[in-house]
Amino acid sequence: MKRVYFDNNATTPVAPEVIEAILPYLREKYGNPSSIHTFGAEAGAAVEKARAQVAALLGAHPDEIIFTSGGTESDSTAILSALESYPAKRHVVTTRVEHPAVRSLCAHLRSRGYRVTEVPVDRQGLLDMDALRAALTGDTAICTVMYANNETGVIFPVEKIAELCRERGILFHTDAVQAVGKVPLNLAKSAIDMLSLSGHKLHAPKGIGALYVRRGVRFAPYLRGGHQERGRRAGTENVPGIVGLGVACDLAAGAMSEEQTRVRAMRDRLETELLRRALDAHLNGHPTQRLPNTTNISFEYVEGEAILLRLDHVGIAASSGSACTSGSLEPSHVLRAMGVPFTMAHGSVRFSLSRFNTMAEVDYVIEHVPPIIAGLRAMSPVGRERLKSVAS
Amino acid sequence: MWNYSEKVREHFLNPHNVGTIENPDAVGEVGSIACGDMLRLMLKIDRATNRILDAKFQTFGCASAIASSSALTDMIIGKTIEEAERITNRDIAEYLGGLPEQKMHCSVMGRDALEAAIANYRGQRPPAPVEQENVVCKCFGVTEKEIRRVIRENDLHTVEQVTNYTKAGGGCGQCRGNIQAILEEELGQKRAREAAPRKLTNVQKIRLIEEVLEREVRPALRADGGDIELVDVDGDRVIVAMRGTCANCPASGTTLDQYVGKRLRELVHPSLYVEEAKP
Repeated sequence: MKRVYFDNNATTPVAPEVIEAILPYLREKYGNPSSIHTFGAEAGAAVEKARAQVAALLGAHPDEIIFTSGGTESDSTAILSALESYPAKRHVVTTRVEHPAVRSLCAHLRSRGYRVTEVPVDRQGLLDMDALRAALTGDTAICTVMYANNETGVIFPVEKIAELCRERGILFHTDAVQAVGKVPLNLAKSAIDMLSLSGHKLHAPKGIGALYVRRGVRFAPYLRGGHQERGRRAGTENVPGIVGLGVACDLAAGAMSEEQTRVRAMRDRLETELLRRALDAHLNGHPTQRLPNTTNISFEYVEGEAILLRLDHVGIAASSGSACTSGSLEPSHVLRAMGVPFTMAHGSVRFSLSRFNTMAEVDYVIEHVPPIIAGLRAMSPVGRERLKSVAS
Repeated sequence: MWNYSEKVREHFLNPHNVGTIENPDAVGEVGSIACGDMLRLMLKIDRATNRILDAKFQTFGCASAIASSSALTDMIIGKTIEEAERITNRDIAEYLGGLPEQKMHCSVMGRDALEAAIANYRGQRPPAPVEQENVVCKCFGVTEKEIRRVIRENDLHTVEQVTNYTKAGGGCGQCRGNIQAILEEELGQKRAREAAPRKLTNVQKIRLIEEVLEREVRPALRADGGDIELVDVDGDRVIVAMRGTCANCPASGTTLDQYVGKRLRELVHPSLYVEEAKP
């Protein structure tokens, strides 16, 4: 059966060049970078080369990069570091649509006595900048706003927000897990203090990520122990993962224009055709201020999990913000924050592409989605009535 | 990804009895789009025999909601109303080869739709509007009555299970304390029911007495070179004969009452008493 993977915001296939680069570090170059002998030295050199590659993609200095286990660890490290570095400040500013890596941590902080302000978004998923400005106070230790939303792909004006924070002496962190590799970054010219990225969202393996910490930003480690990462993140380095992340960043730098052109063209065609062919289909998220690879469409009167399983049956992988797919009973917090009505939130499907997809795959999906939606609507007690009333 | 059974997949991909019936004899509708699932069930019923001739459904919901609806229609076609009425949500889940615990509420929705359709057929007014009952979960409109019923029918023990079966507590979560209280009350009642004396047939009683004698009594007697034999059971009177060294033991009277009788009262029935067979 044909298999089409359109769930790249969940995870991405590892690039062949990345796999090739990793293998020697699993086989013969297995040294511990902390060791004094040649085995250690070659592993250590590989880690430093990868650090330079990651820094290059971000427009940062290599010494501003800390390798971590992934996006979640980077987020926790950044936020907790800020709170520990400024113990007198007891306030955190974030948004209602953050990834659980930030959102759940903030909920926990609230239970530990911190004040947390969640800035709302509008119907198109854009941040309420007035509310954000108003939320920043002298008591604010850190403001953390995602670069781009994982469900809708909506991009936030983080550069602007970073400036606002800098003017007020507030640390600014961004979870850029979905943006790195898809959007050009130049941190040397920005006011962003800390930035999280994850390897497996940009064709490196799972279990590796990085945190950018601007030179001069106060920092307190999350993991304590050995002297690795200059004392900022203890634990023996994940050398194969780090090597893989370095190569993946190198490849991403080279493919940036492809993301912005070919991937965008595939996404646009998919979106336009699905909205045109499936009646009562609506785009979730701002039409232009968005990642080039993501589209989130609500098919009214059908339930997301049913759509996904029927798609899976014809080999298409996507994801949904419906309640039933998560095991929770309420639809996605992102769509609810945007005020998407329940009738539409339950039937939302996210397609997220990568440069490993093809236009032929887009056509395959365009061909299969509308009949699946129509089939489920024919079964639905509400869709049919509405379609009848529309027809008459 | 959910681990659905083959049968669920089958009923989801190729559901049976989808659609509507013209001039149905009964219609049952439950759920709402806002809650994430909704089911409309239509029945054609032979009024002379009360037999369900046909059933059709329309469902908005996930794979297990569609599969539960399809299974339900298969299960009730050909049955009389009285037979169909006895179907529980567990029967629906079992028919499908089981449902993931978090999806049990789909089987409950099937049962509820059937119940609503039967009430409609009998000309009963639909169940009292939710506002008139004690709504425990405001997010999903789940009443105390529903929660108690699902706890009993499915032998539930935790708040999480109640959420999986009814959705109650799955929204804002503010009612979880109330669900816990209902659960504790139900579990308390269940323990009380179980603690009540069992009604035993004579055969069951004799078998249990034999088991207790063999397991609890004989090993101790045999260690002293004695034994005990069950001669007869007459109502609550258990007649035994002492053998070996026990037969002549001056303490055997005390042994019988204090030891054997006590064990039988604890383990078989509280009203039993023991007598030695007259030689």
